[in-house]
Amino acid sequence: MAEAHPVGFQWVMEAKKRGAKVIHVDPRFTRTSALADLYVPIRAGADIAFVGGLINYVLTTGKFFREYVVNYTNAATILTEDFADTEDLDGVFSGLDREHRLYDLQTWRYQGGDEVRPAVGERSPEETIAAPEPEQLREVRAAGRGEAHGSGGAAVHPAPDTDLTLQHPRCVFQVLKRHFARYTPELVAAVAGVPEAAFKQVCELVTENSGRDRTTAFVYSVGWTHHTIGAQNIRSASILQALLGNMGRPGGGVMALRGHASIQGSTDIPTLFDLLPGYLPMPHARGNEDLSTYIAAEKVEKGFWANTGDYMVSLLKAWWGDAATKDNDFCYEYLPRLTGSHSTFDTVLAQLDGVCTGYLLLGQNPAVGSANARMQRLGLAKLDWLVVRDFSLTESATWWQNGPEIETGEMRTEDIKTEVFFLPAAAHTEKNGSFTSTQRLLQWHHAAVEPAGDARSELWFTYHLGLRIRQKLAAAAAASPGGTATTDRPILDLTWDYPVRGPLEEPDAEAVLAEINGRDSDGKPLSTYTQLKSDGSTSCGCWIYCGVYADAVNQAARRVPGEQQDWIASQWGWAWPANRRVLYNRASADPDGRPWSERKALVWWDAETSRWTGHDVPDFVADRPPDYTPPDGATGVAAITGTDPFIMQGDGKAWLYAPAGMIDGPLPAHYEPQESPFANLLYGQQHNPVRQIISRPQSRYQPSGNEPGSEVFPYVATTVRLTEHHTAGGMSRFLPYLAELQPAFFCEVSPELAAERGLEHHSWATIVTARSAIEARVMVTERIRPLRVAGRVVHQIGLPWHWGLNGLTFGDAANELTHLSLDPNVHIQEDKAFACDIRPGRRPRGPALRALVREYQQRAGITDHTGTEV
Amino acid sequence: MSIDPASRAGYLEHPPRMGFFTDTSICIGCKACEVACKEWNAVPEDGIELTGMSYDNTVGLGASTWRHVAFIEQPVTGVADAAEGFRWLMASDVCKHCTESACLDVCPTGALFRTEFGTVVVQDDVCNGCGYCVGACPFGVIARREDDGGAHKCTLCYDRLGAGMEPACAKACPTESIQFGPLDELRERAALRVQDLRAAGQDHAQLYLDDPDDGIGGGGAFFLLLDEPEVYGLPPDPVVTTRDLPSIWKHVGLAAAGLVATGIALGLGRRPR
Repeated sequence: MAEAHPVGFQWVMEAKKRGAKVIHVDPRFTRTSALADLYVPIRAGADIAFVGGLINYVLTTGKFFREYVVNYTNAATILTEDFADTEDLDGVFSGLDREHRLYDLQTWRYQGGDEVRPAVGERSPEETIAAPEPEQLREVRAAGRGEAHGSGGAAVHPAPDTDLTLQHPRCVFQVLKRHFARYTPELVAAVAGVPEAAFKQVCELVTENSGRDRTTAFVYSVGWTHHTIGAQNIRSASILQALLGNMGRPGGGVMALRGHASIQGSTDIPTLFDLLPGYLPMPHARGNEDLSTYIAAEKVEKGFWANTGDYMVSLLKAWWGDAATKDNDFCYEYLPRLTGSHSTFDTVLAQLDGVCTGYLLLGQNPAVGSANARMQRLGLAKLDWLVVRDFSLTESATWWQNGPEIETGEMRTEDIKTEVFFLPAAAHTEKNGSFTSTQRLLQWHHAAVEPAGDARSELWFTYHLGLRIRQKLAAAAAASPGGTATTDRPILDLTWDYPVRGPLEEPDAEAVLAEINGRDSDGKPLSTYTQLKSDGSTSCGCWIYCGVYADAVNQAARRVPGEQQDWIASQWGWAWPANRRVLYNRASADPDGRPWSERKALVWWDAETSRWTGHDVPDFVADRPPDYTPPDGATGVAAITGTDPFIMQGDGKAWLYAPAGMIDGPLPAHYEPQESPFANLLYGQQHNPVRQIISRPQSRYQPSGNEPGSEVFPYVATTVRLTEHHTAGGMSRFLPYLAELQPAFFCEVSPELAAERGLEHHSWATIVTARSAIEARVMVTERIRPLRVAGRVVHQIGLPWHWGLNGLTFGDAANELTHLSLDPNVHIQEDKAFACDIRPGRRPRGPALRALVREYQQRAGITDHTGTEV
Repeated sequence: MSIDPASRAGYLEHPPRMGFFTDTSICIGCKACEVACKEWNAVPEDGIELTGMSYDNTVGLGASTWRHVAFIEQPVTGVADAAEGFRWLMASDVCKHCTESACLDVCPTGALFRTEFGTVVVQDDVCNGCGYCVGACPFGVIARREDDGGAHKCTLCYDRLGAGMEPACAKACPTESIQFGPLDELRERAALRVQDLRAAGQDHAQLYLDDPDDGIGGGGAFFLLLDEPEVYGLPPDPVVTTRDLPSIWKHVGLAAAGLVATGIALGLGRRPR
């Protein structure tokens, strides 16, 4: 955290000052470790073994927060008889269709009543397809919208069978216990390389600091997410935190540190193919044919997702305004439809296949920053046109001139047909807008100066591009005897009329914010998402942001200093939803509505006023007493009981076991990374069986574990960050004051690895995978140490991923080495744990570079099938 | 005895002496101080070259580096017990704005002067680049730039102080490792801090240049270190290099007088032939 979030880390230091203990778990000893009370080394990719070990410790010692677990989690829920765990099936769950590489989730259901629906955003319309064929299921599943059961949409029974004594052999609690029983300290040491003494210290510190009076927070970042089991990594932490009673409590939780300042915003108001604003799912071509089908498929019977229709219709009204009426399904028809996965990697494949011929890169540098950088560039070379908007000429703008393929001779500049446009971009100091940080906090930023020259903001670019396209379409319609083409209506009917200011005609960002906030039928700003309706009388660009412009005040721009507020500081910025700072904070009070302790009081039930109150905005129905039980047949918000803190879940409980929402397992299980020097010590199943595979000539996998050829790549590589640089380097390598602080691409190796491979500190090394070979300066340091895993020593290599060939400081990109095996839930690349070789000296130049890579591929016996097995 | 350098320099009325307390125990090595200083003072970039010295590519203070973050890896050996006994010390170094300031003493042009805040500043338009100050500094702080030939160093953001603001590095430091304020307040705070650290088991935690009786009369910028100064590349017992100048001149004077006396004695003792 100190490396990537130095400013945010001041709060960790503040906590330390107040007596908090900081534990840092990482393959390398970094600047965070330097300030931690305890540093724990770990093998990259073995995080589920580690957290699973903590879970096992908590369960076997009984140190879970029992009252919290029984009342607020699904620990007591009994599973269907058909469920089989990884302990039964040597590493896979019941329902695995190996041929189609997917799970049928039928056997993961709760017993009694009907299957629980996961929250919206994680589901697909499969439920509305009666018994879909596996191919259809795969297509829908590949769209990444989570799982579904493939049966008709029966209403959810909000009260499945439970055993509150937690004894029933098929209750979640017992299933959990059995699932993690072999994740002992010895196993954690053997699989993850974590010394037993350090592991035991973590167990003790974490459990001593959890419960009524104390809470523990887990903080993670890309080191947990960029894996083929990335989403399950996070699940394992949320299971542990739910067992310890740390969710929805001050100082608790599982906090994601993001990769840049507004990644949270980029999923809230999404730049993702599979989501609409506010985590509504993007409609799929199958099963979401019209608005009512979509709403029926996507809503959940209990809780706030029951109002999916309100959120969706209001969104359509925000986008198509008066053109959206009840008669035309509020222009639902205008929305694009998914037909599978359209992730960034699928887009690259479409480029290679000649299907995608145009590309816009806005502040994105895939020639350096995306997995398998070479494949990204090969894709760019097939385009007809490419637009790059950035501050400097990044590698994604100049690959055709000076990229690695020009050097190797694979491409010649004069043969490349791609027309490349570079448009300079305004910086955040030159435009108004907001960042949404990891804690869902929107903070407005104000333009301090006008952008220089031709630089323009994203808002300017998008808005004016839209104006020109609409002009052309309107002209085409006027000239055509048939009038407006059907395919042009979605763009022509958009509300596209923001006020513009100044000589640059910059659109008013606050006007956009107001549209996102939403309006009633009189055009007045809304203040809460509970005001949204599905009758077309309200509009709202993002239901979870409703309230950010309440009373026509830019709530995100509020800056009342901390010392003038209480510790919640709710008048600094605005957090969604409803400026609530801790989600699910009902869980900070016991079943009777009293705080678990005075010390950790956050919200509580005030019997006198018959309302929830407290330091934070209560995340609960404001006037619903703790002892409320819903009447029979109640649905939606009315079905939430007084002790259901997790109001967005179909059963109101924190899910120790996820019957829905994850397509690769209801429980996390340790699988080895796609490429690993080790066989899976826990199960016969080596890899995540349903990980997304992309094996192409440009992107082959290496053998792993005990497979022949695995020894050709005996070292674990992990990509890392440095404080001095930012992501793919576009914002740091071109600045002298940052370039001089970290002036060269280097690899971090232990003295033992340096001795083993003849690497000299400060000199050069070449790192090789089946994708490519790169060179880096050698940094020999004891901050990386060899670990003992599976009875032998393993070396890890740290590779900062910031470098590319342009800029004041330049070097090879770490992503030349990475492969395309993705987490199937979220299509995220696995660049945090893969295997490589390292040798002293600089890499070959010209065609000799590809020859070296081919030689390695041959030695390892790599074919197009290597690594692709389920 | 604590000297007030501004009074000694002749200011009749002046604000309290201002300085830095850099608590290196909470430095996270982010180098925001280095960048903020350069941005504010338009200090040029001075070398894009990997040093191999841990994460320290700045190496040391100089004409174009006025804040320098040092990184010291203090390792443990072996594979097991990985968490024990390894430290990565990080510390932001800066001009000490000495009470007894040798650079100030030797400057022949008066380019270097003592401000009303008790800090030491070079006037760029007066400095003739003679370089006397460079050798005088016991810490190797001040140096000359190649392009303009002049000597440059930290100004303790004299311009910002004049506007009632804190120096750029202190403002940028996210953990308040760099603390700015009246020097005696800082010294009090630091004394308590080092006590707390020792009580928590940090046996080598110590203050450096906080003592008015030390060889430079105490620094206007002083530090809390977690180990001996040498570990950080700092001189363990610095003395203002002009300390012995009065005594040197006295001896020179005596020697000269002695020579003259001898000469006279020899001359007078001669009889004309």
